Amino acid sequence: YLIDHAAFRSRCCIIVSRAQYSTVYDHNEKVMKTCKKMGIKTVAVHSDVDANAVHVKMADEAVCVGPAPTSKSYLNMDAIMNAIRQTGAQAVHPGYGFLSENKEFAKRLAAEGVSFIGPDTHAIQAMGDKIESKLIAKAAKVNTIPGFDGVVKDADEAVRIANEIGYPVMIKASAGGGGKGMRIAWNDEETREGFRFSSQEAASSFGDDRLLIEKFIDNPRHIEIQVLADKHGNALWLNERECSIQRRNQKVVEEAPSTFLDPETRRAMGEQAVSLAKAVNYSSAGTVEFLVDSRKNFYFLEMNTRLQVEHPITECITGLDLVQQMIRIAKGFPLQHTQAEIPINGWAIESRVYAEDPYKSFGLPSIGRLSQYQEPLNLHNVRVDSGIEEGSDISIYYDPMISKLVTYGATRAEALKKMEDALDNYVIRGVTHNIPLLREIIVHPRFISGDISTKFLPEVYPEGFKGHQLTATGRKELLATAASLFVAAQLRAQKFLGDLRVSNTQQERRSWELCVELEKGVHMLGVSRSGATYTVEIDGDKLEVSSDWNLASPLLTVTLNGIHRTLQCLSRNAAGEISLQYLGTTFKLRVLSKLAAALSVHMPEKVPEDTSSILRSPMPGTVVAVSVKAGDTVAEGQEICVIEAMKMQNSMTAAKTAKVRSVHCKPGETVGEGDLLVELE
Amino acid sequence: MAMAALAAVRRCRVLLHGAVKSSFRGSPSQPRSYSAGRLSVQERIERKRQAALVGGGQKRIDAQHGRGKLTARERVALLLDPDSFVEYDAFVEHRCSDFGMEADHNKFPGDSVVTGQGRINGRLVYVFSQDFTVFGGSLSGAHAQKICKIMDQAMLVGAPVIGLNDSGGARIQEGVESLAGYADIFLRNVMASGVVPQISLIMGPCAGGAVYSPALTDFTFMVKDTSYLFITGPDVVKSVTNEDVTQEELGGAKTHTAVSGVAHKAFENDIDALLNLREFFNFLPLSNKDPSPVTECHDPSDRLVPGLDTLVPLESTKAYDMLDVIHSIVDERDFFEIMPNYAKNIVVGFARMNGRTVGIVGNQPKVASGCLDINSSVKGARFVRFCDAFNVPIITFVDVPGFLPGTAQEYGGIIRHGAKLLYAFAEATVPKITIITRKAYGGAYDVMSSKHLRGDVNYAWPSAEVAVMGAKGAVQIIFRGKNNQADAEAEYVEKFANPFPAAVRGFVDDIVVPSTTRRRICRDLEVLATKKQTNPWKKHANVPL
Repeated sequence: YLIDHAAFRSRCCIIVSRAQYSTVYDHNEKVMKTCKKMGIKTVAVHSDVDANAVHVKMADEAVCVGPAPTSKSYLNMDAIMNAIRQTGAQAVHPGYGFLSENKEFAKRLAAEGVSFIGPDTHAIQAMGDKIESKLIAKAAKVNTIPGFDGVVKDADEAVRIANEIGYPVMIKASAGGGGKGMRIAWNDEETREGFRFSSQEAASSFGDDRLLIEKFIDNPRHIEIQVLADKHGNALWLNERECSIQRRNQKVVEEAPSTFLDPETRRAMGEQAVSLAKAVNYSSAGTVEFLVDSRKNFYFLEMNTRLQVEHPITECITGLDLVQQMIRIAKGFPLQHTQAEIPINGWAIESRVYAEDPYKSFGLPSIGRLSQYQEPLNLHNVRVDSGIEEGSDISIYYDPMISKLVTYGATRAEALKKMEDALDNYVIRGVTHNIPLLREIIVHPRFISGDISTKFLPEVYPEGFKGHQLTATGRKELLATAASLFVAAQLRAQKFLGDLRVSNTQQERRSWELCVELEKGVHMLGVSRSGATYTVEIDGDKLEVSSDWNLASPLLTVTLNGIHRTLQCLSRNAAGEISLQYLGTTFKLRVLSKLAAALSVHMPEKVPEDTSSILRSPMPGTVVAVSVKAGDTVAEGQEICVIEAMKMQNSMTAAKTAKVRSVHCKPGETVGEGDLLVELE
Repeated sequence: MAMAALAAVRRCRVLLHGAVKSSFRGSPSQPRSYSAGRLSVQERIERKRQAALVGGGQKRIDAQHGRGKLTARERVALLLDPDSFVEYDAFVEHRCSDFGMEADHNKFPGDSVVTGQGRINGRLVYVFSQDFTVFGGSLSGAHAQKICKIMDQAMLVGAPVIGLNDSGGARIQEGVESLAGYADIFLRNVMASGVVPQISLIMGPCAGGAVYSPALTDFTFMVKDTSYLFITGPDVVKSVTNEDVTQEELGGAKTHTAVSGVAHKAFENDIDALLNLREFFNFLPLSNKDPSPVTECHDPSDRLVPGLDTLVPLESTKAYDMLDVIHSIVDERDFFEIMPNYAKNIVVGFARMNGRTVGIVGNQPKVASGCLDINSSVKGARFVRFCDAFNVPIITFVDVPGFLPGTAQEYGGIIRHGAKLLYAFAEATVPKITIITRKAYGGAYDVMSSKHLRGDVNYAWPSAEVAVMGAKGAVQIIFRGKNNQADAEAEYVEKFANPFPAAVRGFVDDIVVPSTTRRRICRDLEVLATKKQTNPWKKHANVPL
């Protein structure tokens, strides 16, 4: 697209943020790339712990605005205003989260004559307030959710309001965006609990403890419209994004366009979105979120006055660079396009790759250092926006997004296939990540057919996510790969270069009898070799496995009976234990020689410790509250303590009714994953 | 000559064995009458051989299995390449005639140990495996003699000795002969020390005098829950010191790998231990005359490690994990750590660089700031001396704030123990490459394979600080009693908290970008492969023990 150098002659543009809604320097990276294209210098602000972050390295200048806690750095307006004065920045790009939707901040910028890349204060104010925004929406003839009502002072009032609306209701922070801090209550008790959590989260994340309670629409789809409006009263809708796949009300997989909308609904939604934007004199890029029910009725949810995490998929199908458009608009230029010129070209899918454990409530945060990290950029039509690199630390201070992985194709099927490949080729080591879940979602028949809602995950995995379930063929592929890898490693262990003392009389082996354990099943395999191809016999079937058997590469590309697969070898040890990532999920196998397997029956079983009487932290975080002390008797399910991690509060409950033997944590303490919190008798 | 003769003998023996077997099996039901006497010998041979294979009998084998342990022969079979084991002395029997030991039912062909040689991944190794099913694996004169025989031969041909220990102790019936047997082994352990690698894997009890053989070998590994090492058992301890202690607490794997430092690593069970031993063996040269082994390597030697550029925290008081550095630099993240649970403020172990085995020594900032204390000095010193004895290049990662102060350390003799590490690095003539990742303070800087101790290639990362001490302490001494301490501290940091003071004096050869460290080391090792250096002639050196 056209690069409009004249549009913005500022010497300097300041980037304020790291992520709250995501590790948003990924977004900063994008902004900086666009600025560079347009000849604009950039300044990054960062907290102490982010001094080495990618966005800091990419920027032309960097200013530290304080220590790690966000309230002292990224939310510290004084420090950021100082940074602006110090560098002479003429515009601010607020990223998302933090101050991006803070009207006070926008006001202070305006007072100093600094442009804010984004909508003006009035629009932020109007749309940032959930209650006011609905009133405006109603006035602009936008469909709104029935039963919606006011601000909440205490738990009793919350219960009263909830009863007025009728259950189920949802409770969230007024100032919060997305599903952040949103809780659903089905009765009075849950309303009280939801009130407590949400108000605490609201205070810690937004410095504004107002709450919102409204009717909860069961089984909805979350579909949003991207809008673009200039300062001259023009506005466009750039089609929709389907963001229904969510966990705990946070988006996981998004796509554009949606499989669900017909052209009429799309136009109706687009037109309402535009009329809302016009109603608040909106200028810049924005997103109008709707809930859509199964009869294609849609209700206005909220408007996000910032560029969202999932904006790249809209860029893919429309060909517009939204950041560039925002900068043009901030400078006062009119829109370059008309509504008729906005196309839907092909299909784009975005997976949010998080550093979290998908086996715990579809994703509890994990931390660590990315010991190995390799994005699947070797593939065509794959885009990865991330703010991290090999060696980066994922800390407990922010949300755990690693990257947004976008694939594009002429058709949805093509984009989905590309996503499979991209996920298989994505190497992330050192932190637990959600690729197993993403990889399963995109191949699930319900997802493929487009039969989804925001309830997709709990409906498809009512018992919680358990990883890929192997088919009979899949099992054989996995066993054959592990056995071949084992043999390849064994053969290499005998290759000493230039060593004349290796036996000449010992014959090179051509066949092996192996015993492979997988998911408590034990399989006897025969392996024979010719060159780099192994023929593996499993229960009468023969599989041919060939590969270059590079034992140093994290990726293991094999051909199994002619089918090409990319697996990842996560670990391999002398005792025959092999961890393979196959179709996204990690499987633990153990390969032993026939002799070792036969003898292993004599090995003593080591008893794992009884976990029902000890409570360990499921993730790293901070202890917010401890509700018990030694000697107390707790009932099963009773709250023992609350751990806050990545701005989420998690209630830890007793696994059985028992007396508390000892308490090993206290409020304010930082705990690591697996740390002992409380022991029961 | 000796080797050729031995090989010839071995071939004959094997052939003979095969011939005997086939003729015997070929016509078992029709003994030829004209050779009845000869057949009876064959029959006896076969019987004895069969008897040797079952050791103390099926009942005791079952009991051994019941304890979660494998038999001596099963262990050998797992340790060595299939069909590579050549047994010696299967017909040796004990010679004791007291206490009814002379009775036939008290004689076991091979006695209480299985010995021989075989291959691990094609490379020669001598093995003895004590058989607990025969008299509890107790050591008789014959048992000792068998072990001595293979040790002697291992020395002759230059091949490592692996001992699989599972023995109740001395054969009490034999009295002093048993003690003599121990001493014979000890002597050979000492003679072989530094000539061929010696490895002990404790797979059952090992008590009393017996413990000194493993203690004299280069590496002692243990099996968790089923192996014990102690001078005297819990009963004697109770009667002498009135302490109540279990076998596990007194001499179990946990005690020796975490508290006493007697053992170098522990494994889950017999199979795990033996498979790991195979892996470990691949790192070792066969003898002091052999070079450090080079295996086929798939990891590019010029691989950049971008993560290292951000690994060292900006604040010099913040910790990081030296294992992250090591894992990302060595081939395929494959690091066989020695003593991972003991004196964790220093990390030692084997890895490969471009296929070649190297010894890694690194201060661990994560534990006690990576300081040197008594235990870490001794741990490091012993490892460095092994590497030097067996031609294994040493790569040292330095982040050391100094020696640990305090009465506990001074009373414990940190001076003489710290001297061991200093001595080991100074004495070593193998290729020595040193990377200062951050702090190299005080005497500890000198100790950690510094240029002054004949370091071949010494690098500093940009985060390196080579100084007598940290800024705060230094300023308190230089500007004692003056007020402008903060300014002085800043000045000191500016002057010394960087690699320049060392670099301008040539005490480091270069300041390198951390991400290029692997590439640099691989190139240097190639250059240093032909390094030749000798120390002055001496009967032996006098390391401060």
